[in-house]
Amino acid sequence: MSGDEQVNGNTSTSGPPAQRADAGEPIARRRGMFGANNGGDTTGYGGLTRTVHMPGASSRPYGGYFDEVADELEGALEEQGTDPEAAIERTVVDRGEITFHIAREHLPQVARTLRDDPALRFELCTGVSGVHNPHDTGRELHAVYHLRSLTHGRLIRLEVSAPDSDPHVPSIVDIYPTNDWHERETYDFFGLIFDGHPALTRIMMPDDWQGHPQRKDYPLGGVPVEYKGAQIPAPDQRRSYS
Amino acid sequence: MTTHATRPAGARETTEGTVYTVTGGDWDEVAREVADRADDEKIIVNMGPQHPSTHGVLRLILEIDGETVTEARAGIGYLHTGIEKNLEYRTWTQGPTFVTRMDYLTPFFNEAAYCLGVEKLLGITDDVPDRASIIRVLLMEINRLSSHFVAFATGGMELGASTVMIYGFRDREVCLDIFELITGLRMNHAFIRPGGLAQDLPPGGIDALREFVKKMRKNLPEYDKLCTGNPVFKARLKDVGYLDLTGCLALGATGPVLRSAGLPHDLRKTDPYCGYETYDFEVPTTDTCDSFGRFLLRLEEMHQSLRIVEQCIDRLAEPGPVMVADKKIAWPAQLALGPDGLGNSLDHIRNIMGTSMEALIHHFKLVTEGFRVPPGQVYTAVESAKGELGVHLVSDGGTRPYRVHFRDPSFTNLQSMAAMCEGGMVADVIVAVASLDPVMGGVDR
Repeated sequence: MSGDEQVNGNTSTSGPPAQRADAGEPIARRRGMFGANNGGDTTGYGGLTRTVHMPGASSRPYGGYFDEVADELEGALEEQGTDPEAAIERTVVDRGEITFHIAREHLPQVARTLRDDPALRFELCTGVSGVHNPHDTGRELHAVYHLRSLTHGRLIRLEVSAPDSDPHVPSIVDIYPTNDWHERETYDFFGLIFDGHPALTRIMMPDDWQGHPQRKDYPLGGVPVEYKGAQIPAPDQRRSYS
Repeated sequence: MTTHATRPAGARETTEGTVYTVTGGDWDEVAREVADRADDEKIIVNMGPQHPSTHGVLRLILEIDGETVTEARAGIGYLHTGIEKNLEYRTWTQGPTFVTRMDYLTPFFNEAAYCLGVEKLLGITDDVPDRASIIRVLLMEINRLSSHFVAFATGGMELGASTVMIYGFRDREVCLDIFELITGLRMNHAFIRPGGLAQDLPPGGIDALREFVKKMRKNLPEYDKLCTGNPVFKARLKDVGYLDLTGCLALGATGPVLRSAGLPHDLRKTDPYCGYETYDFEVPTTDTCDSFGRFLLRLEEMHQSLRIVEQCIDRLAEPGPVMVADKKIAWPAQLALGPDGLGNSLDHIRNIMGTSMEALIHHFKLVTEGFRVPPGQVYTAVESAKGELGVHLVSDGGTRPYRVHFRDPSFTNLQSMAAMCEGGMVADVIVAVASLDPVMGGVDR
C-alpha cells in the first residue's frame, strides 16, 4: 500500500470514511435496534430504519498508483476492442484500496490483461472470496479477487457480482491456476458456479452436503447451553444489534 | 477389526476393484498379494486422513505404478469447523478468539492479520500505540520460530529422524513458555485485539525475553550441526519437492516455498505493517527450488527473526499504552491474576460498581453490544511463517463482521503438492508435503 493520501471520490481524504451518509451503494435496509425480527418489538426502537451503504463509485483522480493502473487497464482493454466502460462497471477507492467492479462476462479478459500487460503485471492472485448480500436484488452473490503485482509492488481488488437466480461467474483457473481450490471453496460455501472450472466439486463440506453454508440464509445452528444456572441460546438465536 | 498373521487386515470387493485396509506393518503382504492378483502394477493408495506422516487430517490419494507416483491429489476438509461463519455471529472484539484457532501453530499471525483489518476498517491504523505494534512484532517473530520448529520436528519425524523431532518440540516448548508468560496461554491466545493488545508485558517479561534469545542463540546452531551436513538428510531432501518460480506464482505459493525458488518476496519488506520497515533484517532466499532449500531457508529465517526479537526488546524499554485511547473501542481491561486463578481488574470493578454509573453503562454497552464499524471492505495481509496470510473483511456498519475470509497460506501452498509429487517416488511425497509445512487447522478453517 502506498503511503500517499488516497483521494476518495465522495468521502473524506483520510481517516474513517463518512458514516451512514446517503452516498454509496445501498445494499440493505435494517429495521429496529436489537435485531428482533420475529414477533413484537418491545424495545421502542422498532421504527428505526437504517440503509446500509457500501462505499460508492469514486471519481478521478484516485490517487497513488491507482490512476496508473486504471489508465493502463482501460487503454489495454480498448486496444483489444473492448469498451472499458462496459467491462468496468465502477471503480471504488476506499480506505487506501482500489476496487474494480467488473461485469462478469468480461472477467477472464480483464484478468488476463492484468496478468500479461507489462505495465500491469499482476502475477499473483490471492484467491477468491465470496460475499452474499441477500437484499441487494440482482447482485446477491459477489466474488472478490485480490491481485498482487510483485513487479510493481501493487495490490488491487476485482469484484464480480451475480444474481441468486443465475449464480454463474466465469472461472479464471486457466489464467491463475491457484484459483482452482479457491473457486471450489467459494462454490462450496456460496453456491457460485464458476463456468469453465476443470472440476468444480465441494472441497470443505462432505460431497453429499445439502446447501451452501456461508450464505446468509443458511443458519449457523447450535444448541442452547447452560451456564451458571441460566440457559444461553445458540449464537444465532441471541440478541444482536443490527 | 481382526488382524491376521499372514493376510492384510481387511479386504473387500467393490465395483472399483479390491479395497485393502492397511494398518501398518503389513504393507509387504498387501503389495505381494496385489502383485499376484492384478494384471498391471497400478494401484491407488489412500494415505490418510489419519496417517502419522501427513500433517494432521490430510488425505492424499496417490495413484502409483510400482514405486512411482503417477497422480497425486489431496482431499481436505476433515478439519473444517466453520470459523468464518461463526465470526459473523460474534462482535468484532470476539473475533481474535476464533481466528487464533485457525492455523493453531501461527496464532499471532492470524490475530494480527485480523486486527489490522479491523483497524483499517475503523480508520485507526495510525492510532495504535507504538508499544502495541512492537509487542505484536515480537510475538509474531517468536511465533515464526515456534512454527518453524514444528516444521522441522514433524518433517524430521516423518523421515525417521526422531532426534530432530525431540529437539524441535523441545525448543518450541521454550517459545510456548514465553507465550504463556506474556499472554497466559500456550496456544489460542486471543491476545492481539482490535486497537492494540489485551495486556501489557508482565513484570519480568523483558528479562525472560533476554534469557529466551540467549537460549535460542545456543540451540539454533544445533539444527545446523544435526541436519545441514548430514548425508542421509541431504539425500532425502535434495531435489525433492521441486517447484520453480513459474510454478510457485501460477499456483500462488508464497512464503518459504516461493523464496526457495529465488524470489525474495516478503510482505514485511514489500508491504510493511506494524512498523516492520523500521527493523533491520534480511530476507533469505535459495535457488534450489527443493525441500532442502526450504529447510535451509527456514533455519536462516529463524536467525533473522531472533535479530528482530532483539530489536523489539531494546525498544520495549520505553513504557507506554498498549491500546488505542478511544474508549469506544478499547476494552477497559488491564486484568490481574486473582487468587482464584482468574483474571480480573479489581480497580475497574470498583470504578463501575462503586463510583461511576456512566462507566458501568459504557462498560455494559461496549462488552455486550460492541463497537460499530463503518461499512466497506478491506484486505490486509501479513507474512506468516507459511506465506501470505490475507484477510478479507466486509462490514455492513454493524457490530459484527458481515464477512470474514482468510486466505490461509497452507491452503494455497498445499495445492502445489500434486505438481511437486507426480512422477516422483512414494517416499518423496512425504518429504514434499513436509516441506510445504501445511497445517490443516489453517487449510480447512
